[in-house]
Parts: sequence; structure tokens; C-alpha cells
Amino acid sequence: MTAANAPTIGTAMASATRLSVRNIRKSFGPHEVLRGISLDAHDGDVISLLGASGSGKSTFLRCINMLEIADAGEIVVDGETIQMEQRRGKTVPANRRQVDRMRSELGMVFQSFNLWSHMTILQNVIEGPMHVLKRPRADCIAEAEALLEKVGIADKRHAYPAHLSGGQQQRAAIARSLAMKPKVMLFDEPTSALDPELVGEVLRVMRALAEEGMTMLVVTHEMSFARTVSNRVIFMKSGEINCDGPPEHVFGAGASPEFRQFIGHFGS
Amino acid sequence: MDLDFMASTMVTLIAALPMTLALFSLSVVFGGLLALLVVWMRVGGNPVARGFAKGYIFVFRGSPLLIQMFLIFYGLGQFGFIRYSFLWPALREPFVCAVMSLALCTAGYTAEIFRFGLRSIPAKEIEAARAVGMSGFLLTRRILAPIAFRNALPAYSTEVMMMVKSTALASLVTVWEVTGVAQRLIAQTYRTMEVFLCAAAIYLILNFLILQVMALLEYRLTPHRRTAPLFPVAQR
Ligand SMILES: Nc1ncnc2c1ncn2[C@@H]1O[C@H](COP(=O)(O)OP(=O)(O)O)[C@@H](O)[C@H]1O
Ligand SMILES: [Mg+2]
Repeated sequence: MTAANAPTIGTAMASATRLSVRNIRKSFGPHEVLRGISLDAHDGDVISLLGASGSGKSTFLRCINMLEIADAGEIVVDGETIQMEQRRGKTVPANRRQVDRMRSELGMVFQSFNLWSHMTILQNVIEGPMHVLKRPRADCIAEAEALLEKVGIADKRHAYPAHLSGGQQQRAAIARSLAMKPKVMLFDEPTSALDPELVGEVLRVMRALAEEGMTMLVVTHEMSFARTVSNRVIFMKSGEINCDGPPEHVFGAGASPEFRQFIGHFGS
Repeated sequence: MDLDFMASTMVTLIAALPMTLALFSLSVVFGGLLALLVVWMRVGGNPVARGFAKGYIFVFRGSPLLIQMFLIFYGLGQFGFIRYSFLWPALREPFVCAVMSLALCTAGYTAEIFRFGLRSIPAKEIEAARAVGMSGFLLTRRILAPIAFRNALPAYSTEVMMMVKSTALASLVTVWEVTGVAQRLIAQTYRTMEVFLCAAAIYLILNFLILQVMALLEYRLTPHRRTAPLFPVAQR
């Protein structure tokens, strides 16, 4: 579903909850970075996470796929709760296999692409499906080539990441995530490391994904993306959700003073 | 210079080359396997294993290889439990002792080389692998080891060439490899210069070949570090 016909939050109960995050808390030493964040992403939701640098957006995404382990809270992916346990006073995942499987169901796109530099683009894309999902090589290649076609870099499939522009690398990274057939895609400032003229090509791919109904959680500073593509905008401030709702609401009547001040920096 | 003498010396020394090659290849293979074990202990989570690996690396890198070899060759037999064990017939062999000490020693160096290879893996690439659901052995096999090996290759080439030279020490525990045979020839002929020049030439040629192989391996494994090809690869 597209942003235009997306249900508003109150009426979203009909579609399945792909991701549910309950009361996540995370501190680094004495510094409390996430102070109890909750969020439900339903099928086809495109949620933009906005916030100043240091407000905890990356930490929040990383807690969702357990690259950081939250101190407290609950994460439910497509109805399955990640089991945690206490070990020597610390919260740790109870079952490494469950974490691996859950990560394979959550696509992650990083700010700096993080492609495997010694592999070609095609090898990058088939790596997960072949070795994590253990699917036949020929199927993986066929699907990878279709995905590379879709993100517009099929001609680069035998090139190495270092030989591509930033925009092409990020599109390859998106294809790599999609190859895992994820239930939710997490994007951490996917265009922030790009030269301005390359931002558009990545946003176009993300917009197309959103229109296909992919459930997406996008940390971004692209206000036009947040306004026009997402059906929900969350503004984070000091590790808490400050403002939450459909873009018309958050950018309009529902804008908090903090959010107004924040978007003031973007000249909008 | 007496070319006839040089030629016959060469023939004699080359007859000992298989022994040098056997010492070299066996110790590189066993040393490499042992290094994998040591580096696994060194970077693993178990503090006892880590301490042992640190000690191992320090001892074998910190003391002269010749003394290690003498200790194994002359020292092992002093332990009754070794002398009367079923292994003794093998352990009394100079060749076995030489391979053992060469392998033990290179394992210490190679473990450190591999560890630096592991440490220089970009954290972001490891994170990307975790994010697709890799961990443990799969992560090691598919991502960590291939990147670490590529990073370690230049330093490892140096270590392999050092090993070729180190096999010469085996002559001192009566293994008849190239250097040992050269010394025997000198004792018979008193023609130090010619014989040692021939021996040096053999080691140089050997290392030259090894260098080529390692360079080729590195070239093949690191296309991503070269500048982009002028013509797009395999457009099909
Ligand atoms: N691994 C870490 N160790 C210590 N502090 C961290 C770590 N990661 C993030 N932080 C701190 O947490 C805060 C939030 O960081 P981050 O989630 O990256 O914010 P954002 O992505 O919104 O810019 C920052 O103050 C940052 O310094
Ligand atoms: Mg961030």
C-alpha cells in the first residue's frame, strides 16, 4: 500500500503486526540513550524516524536486530518474541539461533553500506540466501540478478564494491538485504553518506519498495521522504518518542515545540 | 672459478633438495594448522586458553629456533615417559625433531600474523554479516577467515620465506638437507666459497619461486584492491 491510502494508526489493526517493540531501554555506562521506546509496525507501514544526531536513532535500530542488546524491553518479530535471560546481572539473548534467525528476517541497511569488499556485487547479494538460508545457488543467482535489475545496477554485478559510486553501493546493499526476503527492512540514514546528487537514486529505490508494500523503518534526515513516502513519522528526542503520528499530523497541527525547532534547521 | 666443480657441487646439493623441501612443506603445513589452533585459543573467550596461547606465542617467538631444536633433539630423550613411550622411535629421528621444532616455531609467528589479519577486518563488514544472521563457525568460514587471510598474506609470505631459510638449521641436528650436505662437501674439499655460493643459489631460486606463487595468490585473491578494470568485466 502507498502512503496515500495507508490506514492511520488507529485503524491499522486489520493488518498483521510485523514488528513490535515494547519499552526498550539502553544505557552506555551512566548515559541512558533509550528511555523506554515502544513501537508497532504493521504490514506495509513505512515509518520514518527523525531526530537530532545523538538522540538514539541508530541505537534503537541496532537494538531491534540485536547488534546492541537492550537492557530491558521486548522485541517481537512477526509474532515471535525474542527470548532473553539474565546472566551475571546482564540481559542477554537466551538462544543464539533464534537471534540469527530473527536477524535473517530483518533487513538492515547501514549508513556506510558495509558491503563485503572482497566479494563482487553478485556475491554480496547471494551470500546470505546461499549460506544462511541454505538455498540452491542457481535460485539465489537468478533472484539476485532480478534484484540488481530492480535497483538498477545489473550491469555492475561482477564489479567490486570499491569500484562503484556510493549510490550504487547503497543500492547493492539494499539488494543484499532484500535477497533475504525480510519481513521488515531497517534503514539507518541510508543516504547520509552520499554526495547530494546520488541521494535521489537511493530514495527512488526506497520509494518503490514502500509502494510494493514492504514494511520499513527508516532513520532519515530526508524530510521530503518522511513527508511523502512514510505513513507514520516518529520524532525522537533524548531517547524518547517526542512526537508520533501520520506525517500530516506531525508536520502540521501535531508538531511539538521540539519538533518545530528541529525542522527549523532544515529550512522547511 | 672451477665450473666443473661448481656443476658437480650443484648436482650433489640438488640431490639434497628433496629433504629441504620435505622439511619446509611439512613444517609449513603442520605449523599452519597449529597456528589456527593457537590463534583460535588466543582470540577466544576462554581466559585459560588465551593465557596458554599468549605464553606459547611468546616462548616460540622469544627464543632462538636453534635452541628450540636442540632442546627437542637432545632434551626429549631425558624424559622417561617420552623415552619409553610408543612415540620414541619417531621422536628420536632427527628429521622428525627438525620438522617438529620448525612447525612449533612457525606456529607462534603465524598465529600472530593471523591474529593481526583478524584484527584488521573492518568492523562494519562483520556487522553486516551478523545482520544477515551469520554467527559462530559460519561467520568465521564465510567472512572472517577469507578477509583475515587476505590481510595476512603479505606478512605470511615473509614467514614462509623465512621457513625456507630456517630449514638450514636442521643440518645441526644431523638432517642431510642442502646446508648439511654443503658442509659435508666443504669438509671433504675445503672449497668453502664455491660450495656455499651454490647452496645460497639454491635457496634464492627456491624463495624466488615461492615469492612468485605467493604474489600470484595475492593477485588472484584481491581483485577488489586493484583499480577498476578499463573494460567492464564480463558484461555477458
Ligand atoms: N557503543 C557505544 N558506546 C557508548 N556510547 C554510545 C555507543 N553507541 C552510541 N552511543 C551514544 O549513544 C547516543 C546515541 O547515539 P546514536 O544512537 O548513534 O544516535 P543517532 O543515531 O540518533 O545519532 C550518543 O550520545 C552516542 O554517543
Ligand atoms: Mg545514527
